[in-house]
Amino acid sequence: MIRAPLVKALGALGSPTHQIASRAVRTSAIVAQTPAKAPEKIEVFVDDIPVQVLPGTTVLQAAALVGVEIPRFCYHERLAVAGNCRMCLVEVEKSPKPVAACAMPVMKGWRIKTNSDLTRKAREGVMEFLLMNHPLDCPICDQGGECDLQDQAMAFGSDRSRFTDINYTGKRAVEDKDIGPLVKTIMTRCIHCTRCVRFASEIAGVDDLGTTGRGNDMQIGTYVEKLFLSELSGNVIDLCPVGALTNKPYSFVARPWEIRKVSSIDVLDAVGSNIVVSTRTNEVLRILPRENEDVNEEWLADKSRFACDGLKRQRLVAPMVRMPNGELQAVEWEGALIAVAKALKKANGQVAGVAGQLADVEAMVALKDLVNRLEGETLVTEQGFIKGSGTDVRANYLLNSTIAGLEEADAVLLVGTNPRYEAPLVNTRLRKAYVHNESQIASIGPKIDLSYEHDNLGSDPVLIKDVCSGSHAFSKVLEGAKKPAIIIGADLLEREDGAAIHATIVEYCQKLKKPEWNPFNVLQNNAAQVGAYDVGYQPGADRAVKAQPKVLFLLNADAGKVTREQLPKDCFVVYIGSHGDNGASIADAVLPGAAYTEKQAIYVNTEGRPQQTLPGVSPPGMAREDWKILRAISEVVGTPLPYDTLDELRARLEDISPHLTRLGELESAGFNDTGAQAAISKSIGGGAIDVKQKELRDYFMTDAISRSSLTMAKCILAVNKQKRQDEQAKQSVAI
Amino acid sequence: MLTSCASKTLAAVRGGMRAIATSGVQRSDNLFVHRDTPEDNPNIPFEFTAENKKRVEAIMSIYPEGHKRGAMIPLLDLAQRQYGWLPLSAMHKVAEILELPNMRVYEVATFYTMFLRKPTGKYHIQVCTTTPCWLRGSDEILETCKKQLGIGIGEISKDKKFTISEVECLGACVNAPMVAVNDDYYEDLTAKDMQDILRDLKADKISPPGPRNGRFASEPKGNPTSLTEEPKEAGFAVQRCVEFGDEPENDEKGGPGKEAPKKP
Repeated sequence: MIRAPLVKALGALGSPTHQIASRAVRTSAIVAQTPAKAPEKIEVFVDDIPVQVLPGTTVLQAAALVGVEIPRFCYHERLAVAGNCRMCLVEVEKSPKPVAACAMPVMKGWRIKTNSDLTRKAREGVMEFLLMNHPLDCPICDQGGECDLQDQAMAFGSDRSRFTDINYTGKRAVEDKDIGPLVKTIMTRCIHCTRCVRFASEIAGVDDLGTTGRGNDMQIGTYVEKLFLSELSGNVIDLCPVGALTNKPYSFVARPWEIRKVSSIDVLDAVGSNIVVSTRTNEVLRILPRENEDVNEEWLADKSRFACDGLKRQRLVAPMVRMPNGELQAVEWEGALIAVAKALKKANGQVAGVAGQLADVEAMVALKDLVNRLEGETLVTEQGFIKGSGTDVRANYLLNSTIAGLEEADAVLLVGTNPRYEAPLVNTRLRKAYVHNESQIASIGPKIDLSYEHDNLGSDPVLIKDVCSGSHAFSKVLEGAKKPAIIIGADLLEREDGAAIHATIVEYCQKLKKPEWNPFNVLQNNAAQVGAYDVGYQPGADRAVKAQPKVLFLLNADAGKVTREQLPKDCFVVYIGSHGDNGASIADAVLPGAAYTEKQAIYVNTEGRPQQTLPGVSPPGMAREDWKILRAISEVVGTPLPYDTLDELRARLEDISPHLTRLGELESAGFNDTGAQAAISKSIGGGAIDVKQKELRDYFMTDAISRSSLTMAKCILAVNKQKRQDEQAKQSVAI
Repeated sequence: MLTSCASKTLAAVRGGMRAIATSGVQRSDNLFVHRDTPEDNPNIPFEFTAENKKRVEAIMSIYPEGHKRGAMIPLLDLAQRQYGWLPLSAMHKVAEILELPNMRVYEVATFYTMFLRKPTGKYHIQVCTTTPCWLRGSDEILETCKKQLGIGIGEISKDKKFTISEVECLGACVNAPMVAVNDDYYEDLTAKDMQDILRDLKADKISPPGPRNGRFASEPKGNPTSLTEEPKEAGFAVQRCVEFGDEPENDEKGGPGKEAPKKP
């Protein structure tokens, strides 16, 4: 809990005072932010290069401004300054001793020497102390080759060792901790930078890690036997500058110089985190985050990072056709395509398509074009949305405040969503707003742990009406806020009264909106969803069922929303996708597609940002890229699609919607047009508002890839075990 | 000895190379991770007594809103005084009172050596073995304790009454050797004194704390050895400056006030 103590102190004094106090704090903040003149810059010299910096800049930041990098272990841009590794010691002229650059603010006229004899000697000394207790096990250490300590020992350490091991007992040895199935610990290697401790408490909001003991006996751990259960736990692996915390599923798998790295994006949630896929010999070995300030900063959620072993299991490697005896049998592509084409010819226009949560935009466009050419009209997504024409206006289904923008929000209302598990990296932004921006957060829905304090207003849907009519206490907070935001869970809008909820909130957001700030947000939880709406898919698999098609295409549709019983007996189901999951099991023809690491494909994230994946490996066996399969079907069925290459397909995408090919750029969706929506009767009723992912164990398996992942299964086991233990402890205390 | 010889030899062989003297590392005998035991596990209930609850409130009221975590050390101390030592569930209780994650309390409780995280007897015999006490015979005192109680350092006696700890300087070097029993200092000890103290404690009789050799506090035994003459009247050195007009600092001969104490 690192909220500003003053405001917290005032917060406990009762709400009226708090209102005044927080307003006072906010007003003073405004005054401070927009002063008559900006604070005067001061001049300092880094290695005799003059640089103008704002007062309060640290020595390390000032050096970074002129491109001088000061070595560090404990300092990290996104975490609080700890100043305990001492690696960043530099000489400052007229200072009696070297200063820790990461924690020392510069003073006017300082001459900082980052490469003087004193500085070099200080670094050598610190490095010698660090290495004194660090095991010399680089050859068997997984961090070897990408280790900060290794690199910096080479660059800044002494060229020889003075360490003599007395009776071979001299080095500190620390027992390893079991903190879960994702992070492997070799605590003897720890250099006590406390980055993991700070990450856990500041970013993840799970205060389970800490330092116990003192001096030479200090160690990092959980003290009690406890797993570090967070949906962001994998990030401590990246933060750890040594090999103390490493990737458990990746342990002893590869060296960094052996692997190929491909920049891609993640599709296991709707955030569209930027990732680097590490591959070797046509195998995905691990996934690391890639920095993108607008999307994922430099974090990555655990599912996105660790579910990659699911890419090797349950894969469809050959086309299959269901035989008269009811069994799927592997056939050649030719046979499968002909079987599908025959069914399409017979269907006589009664063709429908359902796109699932992992479908890419190219494949969806190809499927839409194919179905339309065969005179079919029904093209839907598996995930539902409001009834009616809600997807006509783009702002209706986007996270309009943008992911990075939520950081600045000062009042947030969450309606029927659990961002912590639906989009962990959106939740880190909300937590950031809570910690640094004094944002007030409330939720309507079940009581859940969001990793920050928030008011649970209840789960009665009538509350939405109360808040939106301005009669609820939280309405005042929203209306008084500079950047209010209301976030609706995509699952909530699937309900019968979803349209009414949507319309009510849209109308209220008209009142709340500010220039350049749209407070209306829908948090999607499928990577395919926004792209599907953008190219004209209708929401809700029930529409496809209602059409009673003769041929039904399931494009990566694995959520199990379409069942065999709902479809006509003679319906021919074609599944195109990568995994043998719900979709393939009901299909008459299974056409193996490529997973997101195997194709170049566009996905649009929940804020409407199109980004593309790049192929790191080739699809397994006879599997092909999804759009190519559809193109091949069109050829066999006699209505060839007018694109033969990805570029031609992308040109078609541009015709549909130009923003789709402006990769990485965010096009503002403007403001929602309330005209059409307001006509819908506002009867919010029905049962209590619920969310699907309430606890950590609900988080790990949400799609075909993560359901096939062994690592994710282990996570669920570990979470369940921990939960059982906690419950036992609670029970015995109660007795 | 052997090891230092070895390192010296090694240094001599190396000739010109730099070498630093190192010695074996002395590590704490405490564990800095928690292990569930029958005596100490999270399932053991801990609750402050009614009287201590009032103390908790009094302690908490000292700290301003938003800085309540400052009360952590006093509360842990209170819990330790109530329970005799600091079990895991007491740390959890403190965390609950302060509305902090448990880990933040573990960090503090493991940092300070005076928070006793393992079962400790009613009388905690803390024998100082740092240099002054050691020179004055702390080895003998420690040996007496071990022999008379039948337990080693860090162990608890069967009747749960005694625990012996070897501690570093407790700041009573003038009265070395010394032993602290809970909060009381027993000073200027001999083996005989130690036996008496322990005999009394076994009968739950607490001997009066303080020096055992007839001293009141840390004054010299017998007569004072320095500053024996009557104190000078106030301002005598100032009078001298006025008289001779010179700076007292420059006075090399040394005034009456600067006289070096005579060696006894």
